[in-house]
Amino acid sequence: MTVGATVSTEAPAAYLERYGLMLLIRLFETEMQRLFLKGEVHGTTHLCAGQEAVPVGVCSALEPDDYLAGTYRGHGHALAKGTDPDALLAEMLGRATGVCGGRAGSMNVIDVEHGLVGCFGIVGGSIAAATGAALSAKQEGRVAVAMFGDGATNQGYFHECVNFAKVLALPAVFVCENNFYGEFTPMLKVTGGGDITARAAAYGVPARTVDGNDLWAVREAAVQAVARARSGDGPTLLECQTYRHHGHSKADPGKYRPPEEVERWLARDPLNVARERLRQVGVSDDEVAGVEETTKLRIDRAVESALAAPYPDPAAEHATEFAP
Amino acid sequence: MSVDATLEFRHAIREAIIEEMERDETVVFFGEDIAAEQGGVFAVTPGIQERFGAGRVFDTPISELAITGAAFGAAVTGLRPIIEIMFGDFMGLSMDSLVNQSAKYWYISREQRSVPLVVRSAVGGGGRFGAMHSQTHATWFQGVPGLKIVFPSSPAEAKGLLKAAIRDDNPVIFLEHKRLYSVKGPAPEAGEVIPLGRARVARPGGDLTIVSVGKGVPDALEAAERLAGEHGIDAEVIDLRTLRPLDLATVLESVSRTNRLLAVEEGPAIGGWASGLLGLLAEHGLHDLDDAWLLTTGELPIPYSPTLEDAFIPGADAIAAAVRERAGVAAAR
Repeated sequence: MTVGATVSTEAPAAYLERYGLMLLIRLFETEMQRLFLKGEVHGTTHLCAGQEAVPVGVCSALEPDDYLAGTYRGHGHALAKGTDPDALLAEMLGRATGVCGGRAGSMNVIDVEHGLVGCFGIVGGSIAAATGAALSAKQEGRVAVAMFGDGATNQGYFHECVNFAKVLALPAVFVCENNFYGEFTPMLKVTGGGDITARAAAYGVPARTVDGNDLWAVREAAVQAVARARSGDGPTLLECQTYRHHGHSKADPGKYRPPEEVERWLARDPLNVARERLRQVGVSDDEVAGVEETTKLRIDRAVESALAAPYPDPAAEHATEFAP
Repeated sequence: MSVDATLEFRHAIREAIIEEMERDETVVFFGEDIAAEQGGVFAVTPGIQERFGAGRVFDTPISELAITGAAFGAAVTGLRPIIEIMFGDFMGLSMDSLVNQSAKYWYISREQRSVPLVVRSAVGGGGRFGAMHSQTHATWFQGVPGLKIVFPSSPAEAKGLLKAAIRDDNPVIFLEHKRLYSVKGPAPEAGEVIPLGRARVARPGGDLTIVSVGKGVPDALEAAERLAGEHGIDAEVIDLRTLRPLDLATVLESVSRTNRLLAVEEGPAIGGWASGLLGLLAEHGLHDLDDAWLLTTGELPIPYSPTLEDAFIPGADAIAAAVRERAGVAAAR
């Protein structure tokens, strides 16, 4: 694995804030797990605990009006892009106050106001959504980012869109969250060549492997890729190597993963990595504890407000099939 | 055709695109070979790139999924894409983006953003293109809420409906029958836009109602003229124009006067729009019905050989014969 980048000269406070955002995502997922077991989260849900550094690092390189398309493992994508935790949690619970009024659910969150084009429940969908957003972005001086997993690199969406973005020189950044498993199947078992960056390179798209558990490394790579896109030099692929702490979805305990592999990755928990980095740049333990306390209260408030929110009333929905 | 038959179908499409691109600078147009000198394999869009520049009109790789997915992503971020998926048969490759992304966005986002895009394709048989270049994909999509499906029947209709489709804030699947591209007809009035979702009575009549769409409409009109001249059977012809939304009211009104309905579809009966229409008619208009039946293709892929293909696809002759048989009259001569 690539070792993290050099520690940036950016103010430590910015990193402390990003650490808080990573923690927000972690605590959100912890609550999701708990609420799922209580029957408050319906259907299925895909937790991103362990992968928080990727969306936070990537979104830290974006402007608020840049576009992001995420996946069904997308709670972190939404929170990192700016979606209100209250509205996201309420959406997970199917409540009327959800960001999509309870119509979308865990896998399909859309938050246009914050540049979240959408989270896509079908593997690879985010890649095309971001590629199209990049067509708009090109005219507006913006950038569009696709988040997707290693499994998506075996979809037509990946190959068609990376090529499409390349030949049209679109301001896109393709961010592969390689967590080494497509559902239950090891990535290397189903990925010809075994090298995701090589796939982008085949289309003439610059690509690099990044330590996806190191916020600093992800941010540094994203800053470069976003700058490249914004300056008109076309798309970049970042393969951020990371690991999910949970199984694929709610029904999956993840037993197919060797215990020693899980242990190795848990030891490199992105929150631990970030805390170590914060110490290196002189952030005190008290400051970290302060952010942790604030974040915990923020999530508690989101849970409380979501649980108190009403379910949508079918009789009051007034949905229309078509936009007027 | 009358002396004012001046507008060719393919030119009507081109004019609609040009007029709407001039009207709204967020309209962009892309697809395979559409910007090339010939203007696509059916020579519909020559010169449009020269007119509007490569920023708004451009050729793409042969990647239907990327083209359609990119159109979706562009549509929800401020552009109004028109894309061409060369043959309707290729829409299988576009399916996820249209069915799962474009069609559902307006609803599941709780109306945060609509998806203004148009997907144009050449469809239909009779061109000897074989099983994978002759289908009509409308019914693949008809059961998907959130998609509009438009299938014009004449040059003037094509122009007015395409202009409406481009202005529409929803994803619109626009079908162009290959055997209509070279048809000429009266030009519409300047600036005419035909609202989506309203059928039209293409020929008034009192004895039975023939419903069709696309090329089925001129075929039905030709059959109706023959039936009137040869047998005094006065058929009303309804052009549905759109298959979703479906203007059932116009059909019900017609059947309330004629009491008989023939639905003509260039496609199989099972799962077709025509059988669906008869189902709705049974639910809502059974009391008005003395007779209702279908004229469709067989339940087979579309064959290549001219003799096989001509026998397979219902045209004006087949429509006239179907009515005569039902009415118990013999063909003239």
